[in-house]
Amino acid sequence: MSTEEKTEPIYAPVVDTPTNYVREPAGAHPPLDYPPYKSTALRHPTQPLVYLPQTITEVTGPALGETLAIAPGDADLTRQHDGEPIGERITVSGRLFDTEGKPLRDTLVEVWQANACGRYRHRWDNWPAPLDPNFSGAGRCLTDDEGRYQFTTIKPGPYPWGNHYNAWRPAHIHFSLMGRAFTQRLVTQMYFPGDPFFAYDPIFNSVRDDAARERMVSRFSIHGTQPDWAAAYEFDIYLRGPAATPFEEAH
Amino acid sequence: MIFQTTPSQTVGPYFAIGLPWAEGPHAVEPGMPGAITITGSVYDGAGAPIPDHLIETWQADPDGRYADVHGYGGASRLEGFRGFARYGVEVGDGDYQIVTVKPGRVAEPGGRLQAPHIAVTLMARGMLNRVVTRIYFGDEEEANAEDPILALVPAERRGTLIATPEDGGYRFDIRLQGPGETVFFDV
Repeated sequence: MSTEEKTEPIYAPVVDTPTNYVREPAGAHPPLDYPPYKSTALRHPTQPLVYLPQTITEVTGPALGETLAIAPGDADLTRQHDGEPIGERITVSGRLFDTEGKPLRDTLVEVWQANACGRYRHRWDNWPAPLDPNFSGAGRCLTDDEGRYQFTTIKPGPYPWGNHYNAWRPAHIHFSLMGRAFTQRLVTQMYFPGDPFFAYDPIFNSVRDDAARERMVSRFSIHGTQPDWAAAYEFDIYLRGPAATPFEEAH
Repeated sequence: MIFQTTPSQTVGPYFAIGLPWAEGPHAVEPGMPGAITITGSVYDGAGAPIPDHLIETWQADPDGRYADVHGYGGASRLEGFRGFARYGVEVGDGDYQIVTVKPGRVAEPGGRLQAPHIAVTLMARGMLNRVVTRIYFGDEEEANAEDPILALVPAERRGTLIATPEDGGYRFDIRLQGPGETVFFDV
């Protein structure tokens, strides 16, 4: 009976909406104008951004769990068809935190990715690698009380693209995070450790800071790996946290 | 701040397999009294419509309340109001279309009332991070004139944030670059 008892979470999740969120240092994200990634040329603003003091619109955010009627099966990308997809079965799990280290619970995590051959099930992706009839490549879940999420999927393959001669994207899984406020919205890509394509990929290298780039690389976990079943990769994600309470300035 | 944020990466060309959903463009139930449609195109620096962009909007209901995770500021009581819309374009002329209601006025932290507005996130292939803008309404001249956020925008560029009334709603085009470049915000 006692094994059924729900234990208190070890970490106190975020329960209050901050009145304002921390401003990020320059270089926290890649520049919108980044010539090595050619498509940025015509798709970046040339005028300076206008500083917006955060109002209630920016510090609130939608609750989408009910709207999307998320089911536990939505997080298993290997069980969406009659058969099993081809490829290396993996789990990708981690925790969603704010920059204070507090877990963000009940927030939407969405992923999409190529199949084991590096092909997306999208009408524009026509490079000559096979589609897998048993793999759609999209999943979603809500974080739990400790900010945890977990997906079961197939390790995506790298694929060529047209940015420059012999351009290849390192294997990656796209992540979309709603956070708990408009200010926290983030879309990123999770990479796999030691990918040989890292050095040649302008999207990965658009993050100029070495440590920041490393934050997009998952880690392999032998402890999380399930014997005779699936290799485990772990990927923690950090979204902007509350700004420090402003102190009254001494005069 | 103890930790640094995870860096942004582009949403890429294939987000349509994961992000849009059928009711995504509806911030309210279509057919709700007062429902309006906001339509627009997104243009690149060559003036060409971008055929692969993702737009998200977030706003208050007509009473100035949000369908927020915490009910911060008092939760919306409008049945069927989600306040959030997501529209992912993947083909065609780049027109997006969301169904919503015109939001009410909410105060900024200093207590001054803002004009009705909708917060917008725009992402696309070729954009390594989102850009953020706001939709204001062309038939709210008086409220717009006293809006504390619009006042921070150089006067000659404010027009880029104002949606034009049209049949059944409003039109709001976004220009990423060049003449008439939309104002984007640092939030």
